[in-house]
Amino acid sequence: MYRFAISRLLQAIPVLLMVVTVTFFLVHSAPGGPFSADKAVPPEVIKALEEQYNLNQPVWQQYLSYLGDVVQGDFGPSFKYSGRTVNELIAAGLPITAELAFYAMLVALSVGITAGVGAAMRPNTMQDYLPMTGAMIGICMPSFLLGPLLVLVFGIHLDWLPVSGWGDIPGDKILPSITLGTGYAAYIARLSRGGMLEVLSQDYIRTARAKGLSERLVIIKHALRGGLIPVVAFLGPAFAGLLAGSFVVETIFQIPGLGRFYVQAAFNRDYTLILGMTIFLSTLIILFNLLSDMLAIWLNPKLRQEIRGTN
Amino acid sequence: MADAIEEHGTSLWKDAWIKLSKNRLALFGLAVLIMLILTSLLTPLIAPYGYETQDLDMGATAPSLQHWLGTDIFGRDMLTRIMYGGRVSLMVGFIATAVALVIGISWGAIAGFFGGRLDAIMMRIVDVLYALPFMIFIILLMVVFGRNILLLFLAIGAVEWLTMARIVRSQVMALRNQEFVEAANSLGLSEWTIIRRHIIPNTLGPVIVYTTLTIPSVMLLEAFLSFLGLGIQPPESSWGLLINYGVETMEEFPWLLIFPGIALSLTLFALNFLGDGLRDALDPRTSKD
Repeated sequence: MYRFAISRLLQAIPVLLMVVTVTFFLVHSAPGGPFSADKAVPPEVIKALEEQYNLNQPVWQQYLSYLGDVVQGDFGPSFKYSGRTVNELIAAGLPITAELAFYAMLVALSVGITAGVGAAMRPNTMQDYLPMTGAMIGICMPSFLLGPLLVLVFGIHLDWLPVSGWGDIPGDKILPSITLGTGYAAYIARLSRGGMLEVLSQDYIRTARAKGLSERLVIIKHALRGGLIPVVAFLGPAFAGLLAGSFVVETIFQIPGLGRFYVQAAFNRDYTLILGMTIFLSTLIILFNLLSDMLAIWLNPKLRQEIRGTN
Repeated sequence: MADAIEEHGTSLWKDAWIKLSKNRLALFGLAVLIMLILTSLLTPLIAPYGYETQDLDMGATAPSLQHWLGTDIFGRDMLTRIMYGGRVSLMVGFIATAVALVIGISWGAIAGFFGGRLDAIMMRIVDVLYALPFMIFIILLMVVFGRNILLLFLAIGAVEWLTMARIVRSQVMALRNQEFVEAANSLGLSEWTIIRRHIIPNTLGPVIVYTTLTIPSVMLLEAFLSFLGLGIQPPESSWGLLINYGVETMEEFPWLLIFPGIALSLTLFALNFLGDGLRDALDPRTSKD
């Protein structure tokens, strides 16, 4: 198990190196430098700026020095937010996005697992059809549509909840969290239903029932652990999706998190900010994929044996 | 004997069709899809107004007899806008999926057929690419190279082929050792011919299912990017872009958000149901009851 974790961590290093390299050269091959602004800037100013950001060196030298900085966790200054470093901007946005993602995940897991397990307990009844139709609607209702519709209904027409901001007015965290969480609740409902249905048909569940355990205990003590493995394996990709979703949700609800910074950096052509954030977000996503894989293995003895066999 | 074999040969597809036709939601999905494709093909002929036809005096109006879905703030007919937007959305869905199909099938078929070292290397590349956060990369690509529709097709297609490669590979691995492949081999057919004539056609079932499910996810990705302003650019239009515009004015003119939203959701709904139905129908493991 530990050996597997370490080997996976080591495998992440070339992937990360590739991310840094590809993003660096992509950004540097962009037509038009970061300072080719709408206004005419005197050449000596451009020269001074290029010196300040090391743009006068050959590209490979810039790459090496950037790589050296990144390894030490330094993403350099932002091009457009003058006087602020990429690290500062990430540090400012990360707690907000992390909180948003946490609440969204909470919504997704609680609603999704309840609906999915409930559906699997009585397949092909109303208790199955209703939540599963709901899940299908959730999957087909992207966050950039659901968010505005929720704002329209609960924010504007009913006037129950604030429609923008984060932590300024009580209740302003509710709509963004639901908007971001709904799609994942839908996926998790489908995954946990499938996983539970498979586990519930196993012999050891029949044994548990034959012992005279109540259905509740059978589900909680015996079925959940196996039935939720697909959900756990989905957590890594879901986390990546939550980050991408935060781009939209933070834009809709005007939340000053990582997602909004990223989208704004994309529009402002703030190359250092984009470069730094891409690398930072990629690292996060790769780490979370690793974590969710490890968790799935820890939950599934069969997989554990397979790994022991191959090592 | 010959008849029996013939009947057995057609029965997979026939059986699949019978199963599919019992699945009302999947049939509904199929009907919606066919209608959408026809509408998109015929849009220039059947759209009630011109794409850029404006009635500035009118401005945004609620749905009426002249304009079934109302007009936008420039007095342009919403139904027409949605029809033209749907053309682009569907086109992105189909073309990017086709890109993914071609790369994924070739990659998976080659890796699975030759196996061994080549397979190990090719699949390792897929594993590495899987670990990359692609949504972020697509945004980066759009930023760096400008918001070009061709690039969008390529970028999305290049992301979506990975799963297809895995599916095809595992299918091919299973097929490789079957007798009919051995027979083709002993007849002296080249390996490429065997892949093309014997292996690929036999992987069609799962490929069709996965394709049906890829199209909606690609359309969603396009709408997502267009909503952020990083996908399709005006004067072109797509459902994601229309939703983006709709959000800006949703307080006064909610129909400008709701109708493109319904169009997108309904399409995703239909394609997902069709995909689910096809999966049940084409999976030989599901019983015939």
